[in-house]
Amino acid sequence: MGYSNISRRTLLQGTAAGVIAAASVGRLARAGDVTIGIVYVGPRDDFGWNQAHAVAVKSLKSLPGVKVVEEENVPETDACAKTMESMINLDGANIILGTSFGYFDPFMIDVAKKYAKVEFRHAAPLWNAQKHPKNLGSYFGYLNQAHYVDGVAAGLSTKSNKLGFVAAKPIASVLSNINSFMLGAKSTNPNASVQVIFTGDWSMPVREAEATNALVDAGADVITCHVDGPKVVIQTAESRGVKTCGHNASQAPLAPKGFITGAEYKWETIYKAYAADVAGGKPMPNMMSGGYEADMVQNTAFGAGASPAARAAAEKAMADLKAKKPIYVGPLKDTKGKIVIDKSYDNLDPYLDQMDYLLEGVVGSIT
Amino acid sequence: MVNVPNPVALAPPVYGSVPGDLSVRIRRSAEYVAIPFFALAVSALLFSVFLLALGKSPLEFFQLVERGGFGTAFSLQNTLQRSAPLILTALAVAVPARIGLIMIGGEGALVLGGFAAAVLSIPMVGHLPPFPTLCLMATAAMVIGGGWVGIAGYLRHARGVNETISTLLLTYIGIAIMNFFVEGALRDLSNPNKPSTKPLGEAYMVGHIPGTDVHWGLAAGIVLAILLQILMSRTTFGFAVRVCGGNPRAALAQGLPVGKLIVLCAMISGACAGLAGFFEVAAIQGRANASLVAGYGFTGILVSFLARHNPVAIIPVALLFGGIVASGGLIERRMGLPDATVLVLQGLTFLVLLVSETLYGRFAIFRVTGTVERT
Repeated sequence: MGYSNISRRTLLQGTAAGVIAAASVGRLARAGDVTIGIVYVGPRDDFGWNQAHAVAVKSLKSLPGVKVVEEENVPETDACAKTMESMINLDGANIILGTSFGYFDPFMIDVAKKYAKVEFRHAAPLWNAQKHPKNLGSYFGYLNQAHYVDGVAAGLSTKSNKLGFVAAKPIASVLSNINSFMLGAKSTNPNASVQVIFTGDWSMPVREAEATNALVDAGADVITCHVDGPKVVIQTAESRGVKTCGHNASQAPLAPKGFITGAEYKWETIYKAYAADVAGGKPMPNMMSGGYEADMVQNTAFGAGASPAARAAAEKAMADLKAKKPIYVGPLKDTKGKIVIDKSYDNLDPYLDQMDYLLEGVVGSIT
Repeated sequence: MVNVPNPVALAPPVYGSVPGDLSVRIRRSAEYVAIPFFALAVSALLFSVFLLALGKSPLEFFQLVERGGFGTAFSLQNTLQRSAPLILTALAVAVPARIGLIMIGGEGALVLGGFAAAVLSIPMVGHLPPFPTLCLMATAAMVIGGGWVGIAGYLRHARGVNETISTLLLTYIGIAIMNFFVEGALRDLSNPNKPSTKPLGEAYMVGHIPGTDVHWGLAAGIVLAILLQILMSRTTFGFAVRVCGGNPRAALAQGLPVGKLIVLCAMISGACAGLAGFFEVAAIQGRANASLVAGYGFTGILVSFLARHNPVAIIPVALLFGGIVASGGLIERRMGLPDATVLVLQGLTFLVLLVSETLYGRFAIFRVTGTVERT
């Protein structure tokens, strides 16, 4: 697939990026000679965010003329800038992918200014054409769409009508996943409600286990989460005998009995497009983002916990999302009764990126 | 780790100006250079065995360490940059160690110091010129960091609370305090996805040492290490501290203000770590957020122990650590080894260096003939 239909924002970049990208291609010894450096904040096998990227990168390694260099457990300090520079200086990387939120400002901005011939892309929608270098850019998947599909299946899988959500921090992307999961569940089961517990940080294994147990004790019989590595949540829920929906990467092997499906990124789509662009001498888009409609998110293959009805409903939801059917259809109230979504919003509408509320139907508080 | 000998200060106290002083001095100092190098060689050998067991080439490994850590101009600057915070956080361990206290609260003081600097900058950016703003920020970082670890010093003296435990617990409290404000009252609302304080802005950042890519924190660390070395070995304060470290009861009996010295050492410790926090905020991050919790405070403990709590020796040890970490990435990428490999090397080096401490005084070649007593 082409990327022209992937991001409308691509159009914003103008010709400057093209010129620079073309220059970087010209620097290469031969077309097709691509070295991609990718930097992870945690271990590559965390059953979560980092693994999702590592799986996609693995698929690049088989492409002819593409070399991949990887480094894991790189903190969001100047260490990440130095790692990127090391990949450029010592490994000859010409594309750098930074996968952790805190890499962007100031580190990737500074390194991109310093190495104008190298292309930098960062996995969060932060790049701004007015403010940031033209050889820098963003890519992101709208994972809330896949959480919506999770919710659709979860709504048909619960007997208690209580769903549990273990979340890290109450920031926009997490809130959107919780709200989408709830809306998905409501679409198939109007009586369903989602109870959320925030652990306060991205990786808090002990609190994640406590939160999972608390949710199950409160009657939830389907558990999902948005934390960096969902391993603990999924395993704890499985051991308590409840069903689970995954997050970030495939956790199906962790829950052979209760796994329904999971929200997964499909970074492969984006990474292959980057490699193809550079190999073909085309400019890399500065902004690439999308959800189901652009094949950038996916759901994990159904597990033993998914009933035939849940599978059918989830598959229909996926088809709807591919056809850009909106998730947020107003009027919708937040937990305090205030109307926060007044009309129907396109799934990629920037208004939704600013989400700072939980919708009615979610039990929990962000403060 | 009470009574840590100071290699430089202890060398020739008896023969202050006697001829032959220099040769005694060199012979004595040589021991403190030769044994660590021997230990490094042994750990390299052990690590080679480990690599061979994994089916990897040790030669390639050490070539990559050289290339990634020291071999090119870029690598060298990479190493220097990574060692900059370690010098300061190691000093935060070394100073209280001289008075016999194991204080490991550098991480908390770093985080709170950096946080204080970032908070202080909020009303100043745009109103005061950069230089005085940065000076005030650095002062605030050192005062807050010093006060924070000072609490542990006071608790030790006044209530007999174990300083290792209290500094460790204070670290978690310090991090929680920063998170509380950064995610609440002091959060920059323009950054919805990563709770941080307001950014300093480029004009207010600490720059690089001219001609390099390394920020001024490295120079500050080296200067401070030398100053603290002088303080500890050439002043009455330093002497009193070492007496207390050797035997607090004897020091009390001699009329030394033990409590005051303990609190002061704790405060110097916190100030060093706080300064490291200031540089993290003003030279690296440009704001305070959870990224300040990067473990420099804990790595500093290792560095200080390896340097035998000698402020000047901390500099080369921090460089060695910076180099290993800097080359770690290259090793991971080129040899397909997991990043824990570098931790194995670090652990082995640490262990062998500690074991090598038992070698001091055992080799005749370093022994000084005559009546000079080893202390």
